[in-house]
Amino acid sequence: MLQIEDLSVAFRTRKGEVNPVRGISFEVARGEQLGIVGESGSGKSVTSYALMRILDAGGEIRTGTISYGGIDLRRAAERDMRSIRGREISMIFQNPRAALNPIRKVGHQIEDVLLQHAQATRQDARAKAIEALEAVRIADPQARYDAYPFELSGGMCQRVVIAIALACSPRLLIADEPTTGLDITTQKSVMDLIRELARAREMGSILITHDLGLAAQYCDRIVVMKDGRIVETGAPQRLFTEPEHPYTRRLVDATPVVGASIRSLLPAEARTPEPAHRVQDHPVLEAVDLVKTYPSKSGPVQAVKGISFAIRAGQSLGLVGESGCGKSTTSEMIVRLLDPSSGKILFDGQDIAAVPAARFAWHPLRREIQMVFQDATDSLNPRDTGASAIAEPLARMGGLGGRALKARVAELADLVGLPQPLLSRYPHQLSGGQKARVGIARAIALEPKLLILDEPTAALDVSIQAVVLNLLVDLRARLGMSYLFVSHDLNVVRLLCDEVIVMKGGEIIERGPTAQVMSAPAHPYTRALIEAAPQPPVKTPA
Amino acid sequence: MVSDRAKMILGRMAQALPVVAGVVVISFLLTRALPGDPAAYFAGPAASEASIAEVREALGLDKPLVQQFFLYVGDLAQGNLGTAISTGQPVAADLASRLPASLELTLVALLLSCAVAIPLGVLAATRPGTWVDHLCRVLVTAGVSMPTFFTGIVLIYVFYYLLGVAPSPLGRLDFIYLPPPTVTGFHLIDAALAGDWETWFGALKQLVLPAVTLALFTLAPIARMTRAAMLQALSSDFIRTARAAGLGRGKVLYGYALRNALLPVITTLGMVFSFTLGANVLVEKVFAWPGIGSYAVEALVVSDYAAVQGFVLAMALLFVLLNLVIDIAYALIDPRIGFS
Repeated sequence: MLQIEDLSVAFRTRKGEVNPVRGISFEVARGEQLGIVGESGSGKSVTSYALMRILDAGGEIRTGTISYGGIDLRRAAERDMRSIRGREISMIFQNPRAALNPIRKVGHQIEDVLLQHAQATRQDARAKAIEALEAVRIADPQARYDAYPFELSGGMCQRVVIAIALACSPRLLIADEPTTGLDITTQKSVMDLIRELARAREMGSILITHDLGLAAQYCDRIVVMKDGRIVETGAPQRLFTEPEHPYTRRLVDATPVVGASIRSLLPAEARTPEPAHRVQDHPVLEAVDLVKTYPSKSGPVQAVKGISFAIRAGQSLGLVGESGCGKSTTSEMIVRLLDPSSGKILFDGQDIAAVPAARFAWHPLRREIQMVFQDATDSLNPRDTGASAIAEPLARMGGLGGRALKARVAELADLVGLPQPLLSRYPHQLSGGQKARVGIARAIALEPKLLILDEPTAALDVSIQAVVLNLLVDLRARLGMSYLFVSHDLNVVRLLCDEVIVMKGGEIIERGPTAQVMSAPAHPYTRALIEAAPQPPVKTPA
Repeated sequence: MVSDRAKMILGRMAQALPVVAGVVVISFLLTRALPGDPAAYFAGPAASEASIAEVREALGLDKPLVQQFFLYVGDLAQGNLGTAISTGQPVAADLASRLPASLELTLVALLLSCAVAIPLGVLAATRPGTWVDHLCRVLVTAGVSMPTFFTGIVLIYVFYYLLGVAPSPLGRLDFIYLPPPTVTGFHLIDAALAGDWETWFGALKQLVLPAVTLALFTLAPIARMTRAAMLQALSSDFIRTARAAGLGRGKVLYGYALRNALLPVITTLGMVFSFTLGANVLVEKVFAWPGIGSYAVEALVVSDYAAVQGFVLAMALLFVLLNLVIDIAYALIDPRIGFS
């Protein structure tokens, strides 16, 4: 149905020409579910924009042919393209909230597409838009018709985006990272919905994702891209069991699956024995009846409803839950950026919750609790070099200066594996993984007893994630730190944590040793979380 | 939904009331802080101490400040703003005749400016780096870098003196026309209401040059903001969704991008309106326009406190009203306001 032959795309930028796609060929058969997998910068999204001819300004198709049902999409007139987009080939995007017009009712946005492609008249557009909302199983579609995107949850917005894409019953759906930023159970329901609708309508689909596990679960065939080229194509099972290209092997290795160990995420040649960490009996931190209440228009809302837990010295505790479960509020209270409404936080037996968060920066225990933030880019000051970011806590609380400070920064850079020459660079000159290393070096600079890791790898490619997770394992063994690892990704928590706490609606619903919770979850919600995670084929041991 | 919105707008209007009260206090105190003794000025150069004191008593200036304030508020409540010394007319009457003149000039200039700047900004944003973009940049830079009195004089020189197509720059109406019966004070509207199209056309001819002068000056911020907001809107994710859904170019550009881009443009428009109303005194002088700006300057020069007070009050109320209108316009365009 769709045939792409030797496609290459070029962008003119101020720094000269960039070639994100360099001569790729693939095809999608009628009703086939194709996955395009690659890490950031591999050119997977640009490929889809090129075939829809919606490249940003400055981008153009250099070579190749794109043929859809006998039509040459590269040479088709813009008017013909317009009737193909949305009618024949549709697209859904990542970040669904931003993908919808913020100031237009979602029902009207669906109507716009229906009217554009003459699938509805002014009289029946409303009814058909509600039908489209029903098709993506939005509860109470009549009422949702009048909603604005900001009034809907992320998963709901993605359903609306899918409704827009499928309103005119296209024959090919391109899904560009459709579940990035969504909760794991939402991801599952969105992906299940796409698969089900695609089957019912005999619609072909292209799933573009960085998550090999997700693609393996939902696609018939996978194309692996790297640096604008296709390195390997094959059935998911085959890719996982006998990857041919070394890059595919690295991707497969780096994808956390059941049965993987943290070292097995790394390429075979980098696998050193995993260092053991010693968990002691005395707790480094105890949370007792922590409550956080926020005021809201409709009365106070309890984000955290009196939870208690302890982290023992040297232990890594996983804190798992979906957005809105209170895990971020909890971690912010522990790191003393937020004051609990009631309850105690005992650090080495001392109640640090008694010190207001605003004054905790001057508390002697400040240096003992540090945090690695979720977004490595946003958590670095864009005007500070890597070296000054790492030096800041040392100068402020470590009392270091001059040559000693410089030496310590260099030492920390070595510790986190950041090459010395990169220390003088600014965040925008560093890659995602390098920025994550700077963030970790800054957090461990004062050798804290407790490190709070707030989804530290959520924004990273899987191969970088593998490296960062292994770095965290090494550091824990070397420095004897305790970790509070906040994450929604059970597969990652499984690899890193000794014990795990599952939160839902501000309460702890399950806790226990990680292996036990994972293999025999007691609470149905924990089971749902584990089942929602993508289950790629079991890989062969390498 | 709708009642929520209406409630929010009503609430916003209620918030304007304390501001108005504050404005009354400040305009009162501000004029009391003016240098010079109005009583001495009012009594005339040949007045003796006794007669100055008499005038002071007549004006109520000998009373304590608090009492003066309440007298002032009481007068205000009756619509009495006092008497202007320089014109001998009640200030309220002066403002009523001059404020519409300024407003008419400013509004027409802004309409003209928007009619040019917004399409220009949209064009420049859809074709960045092309000749349209460069033309836009040159035009707005030229417009903003020339002082209004200079542009005004150049326009008079070219269109009145050299070409002779414009009427003499002497106020709102040539003396051969009779002013239309006052309904709104806007000559264009009043003449249209009276069906007197000859006068309407005469008023329009007088208005063109000063309005163009002001419009040239206000072109820059509006065009720039439109361009920037459009560029930002066009690069957002929802535009990509709209394009991928095959929506037509017009729908994407105007239905989706421009409506989102209008929000910052409206904010800019409000600021431009505010400063234009204050800054058009030079244009009023050049074109002998009987507006409120020139009136205020004359009043200030002679310490005519009643007139200054009236002017400050009128302008402040106008700004409060303007901000209210902008906030409401915002709430009407953007459903997110008032909920998040």
